[in-house]
Amino acid sequence: MRPFLKSVLKNRILWPIGALVALILINFISRPSFLSITVQNGQFYGSLIDILRNSAPLMLVSLGMCLVIGTRGIDLSVGAQMAISGAVALTIIADSPTPNSLGTVMIAILAGVALTLLFGLWNGFLVSVVGIQPIIATLVLMLAGRGIALLITNGFITTINSTPYQFIAGGYIFGFPFEFLVSLVAIVVVGLVVRRTALGVLTESVGINPAASRLAGVRSRGIVWSLYGLSGLLAGVAGILYSSNIMAADANAAGVNIELDAILAVVLGGTSLAGGKFTLAGTVVGVFTIQTLTSTITFLGVPPAVTPVFKAIVVIIVCLSQSRRVRAWLSNLRPPMRRLPSDVVTPIERTAA
Amino acid sequence: MTITHETEPTTTAPVIPAWRRVVGSRVSWMPVLAAVALLLIMFAAAQAYFGRFITPGVISSLFVDNAYLIVLAVGMTFVIITGGIDLSVGAVMAFTGVLAAFLLTNGVPTALVVTIMIPTGALFGLLIGILVQYFDVQPFIASLVGMFLARGLCYVLAPRAIKVSDVGVLGLQSTKIGGGGWYITATVIIALAVVIIGAWVLGYTRFGRTVYAVGGSEQSARLMGLAVARTKVLVYVVSGACAGIAGLLFTAYTAAGYSLNGIGTELDTIAAVVIGGTLLTGGSGYLVGSLAGVLVYGVIKTAISFLGVDQSWTRITIGILLLAFVVVQRLIVARANRR
Repeated sequence: MRPFLKSVLKNRILWPIGALVALILINFISRPSFLSITVQNGQFYGSLIDILRNSAPLMLVSLGMCLVIGTRGIDLSVGAQMAISGAVALTIIADSPTPNSLGTVMIAILAGVALTLLFGLWNGFLVSVVGIQPIIATLVLMLAGRGIALLITNGFITTINSTPYQFIAGGYIFGFPFEFLVSLVAIVVVGLVVRRTALGVLTESVGINPAASRLAGVRSRGIVWSLYGLSGLLAGVAGILYSSNIMAADANAAGVNIELDAILAVVLGGTSLAGGKFTLAGTVVGVFTIQTLTSTITFLGVPPAVTPVFKAIVVIIVCLSQSRRVRAWLSNLRPPMRRLPSDVVTPIERTAA
Repeated sequence: MTITHETEPTTTAPVIPAWRRVVGSRVSWMPVLAAVALLLIMFAAAQAYFGRFITPGVISSLFVDNAYLIVLAVGMTFVIITGGIDLSVGAVMAFTGVLAAFLLTNGVPTALVVTIMIPTGALFGLLIGILVQYFDVQPFIASLVGMFLARGLCYVLAPRAIKVSDVGVLGLQSTKIGGGGWYITATVIIALAVVIIGAWVLGYTRFGRTVYAVGGSEQSARLMGLAVARTKVLVYVVSGACAGIAGLLFTAYTAAGYSLNGIGTELDTIAAVVIGGTLLTGGSGYLVGSLAGVLVYGVIKTAISFLGVDQSWTRITIGILLLAFVVVQRLIVARANRR
């Protein structure tokens, strides 16, 4: 094989992009209007734009999740944190005499996001300083978080009328949905900070071998701690987007199962849950894949409650395609001739992960 | 240079005081004892506060209301001891319940339905186990697949709740045996039987001991020639079968099969098992502890309904307790490693 083709085929992002393109093709064949984008009043409309907009909360959460997974961690509390930030922001707006003023809305958003940042740092403290396993450290907040959100809203679903707050999910800037632009800014900022500084490499080194990177002088504690904080912050913003979308703080429904979708998006994108090398681009593709899958299923007339079955099938296919055993089988199917010594498939090591 | 007065200078092993040897050999029981102690303290505190907490009725209903959770915790303990995790149990429980309700309304005899439920749960476990062992999928993701699959299939089978009016199934819950305020139902007997059988399997069978060995060190277990692969698949099958049994108990308890039953149950189960002293890193844990963990959960729930405050406090309290226990476990593990 030519080197170029080989490097393309070996690229970890190939499979997720293939899945996304396949999904878009299925949509396009069953409904040719899927790819069309119309312009009304200088604003773009269309199925693709809807997917871009609706994927924003999941995108924010997944970016944080990707970095946390890179450190060999996981953050199960993001859904609960979304509920908390929405509850805080909407309670402040509902209690204020001027729900339509921009200042009130800004204060409400800042308060909500600041609180989830604190909760994220709390997760990071448990993981990096106390040394609790990430699954359990964040499970604590996953269990308690919705209860906290319910206490903030007094057990009710707080609804508000506030034009600036409604703009977050419903507004357009430069013809694009504001919600999408928020997620775009998050992608660019996180991407620049992680990949244009040493943070990304240091994160990967912590994820690949925490002990060795500590001995090499990497301050793993601070990195892990701050990344959980970042995950909390992003989840807080996602919670604001979600609550703005329905203009209500529903502590029981906000961000339910989004942690699972986010983990799924990260894994679909080619990042291993074992930590270490992570890919933000893959995660972005993974998020779009999941969102496209969801809207495809809705369009095909399948009830939304059946969506999990399709997700399960997609995960099985992607996980199997990443599995070494299946890859070994596939490469054994190829004719064995012209195999260079460097191409010889290494036997499957059956050691503990 | 100091002069030693040891009578056997050839012995190189350090002399350990007898008390320390006793404590050392029981160190894995410490978290379990902590859970039991917590349970007793909570009972005492609730009794002191409410005055009428330790009554036959309350204690009986503690078991009756949490029978399904006890069974789920047994399966989860097997999985967690090997160092894995099973997120699918709540969804599989719901699916077997919906399946049972569906079959019963279509006139399938009760005995057949019950015998179908347990293998169905085990089948989900088998799928997860194969993904984990043979395709290197992390337990978290593999069981997530099981969870998604079971939840979605629930809805495919029955979009709305199906009422169960079968006398055989409902009789498990409604037939109360006992007297003087104490009562027990068939669901509790089944749950306790599962605990006892599970404890026997874990403690006294080749499979059970291999479960501990795999959790302690998979590589060592493999080098010892133990059937690691088979064991790692089987623990998920056990967990799935337990979810099937729990589905039966839950159906008898709620008298309906519904696709949204038991959402979040997997988290309650994991919390109960961890509070019960099973280490999430694997290799250590006892079913007695898991039983105590479930009862702690039940006492919190009962106490909160006694207080008449919002039920959201249950999850908050469980979260705080989970945190406290994990920190304590962490300290124990850290001390054990230093030695």
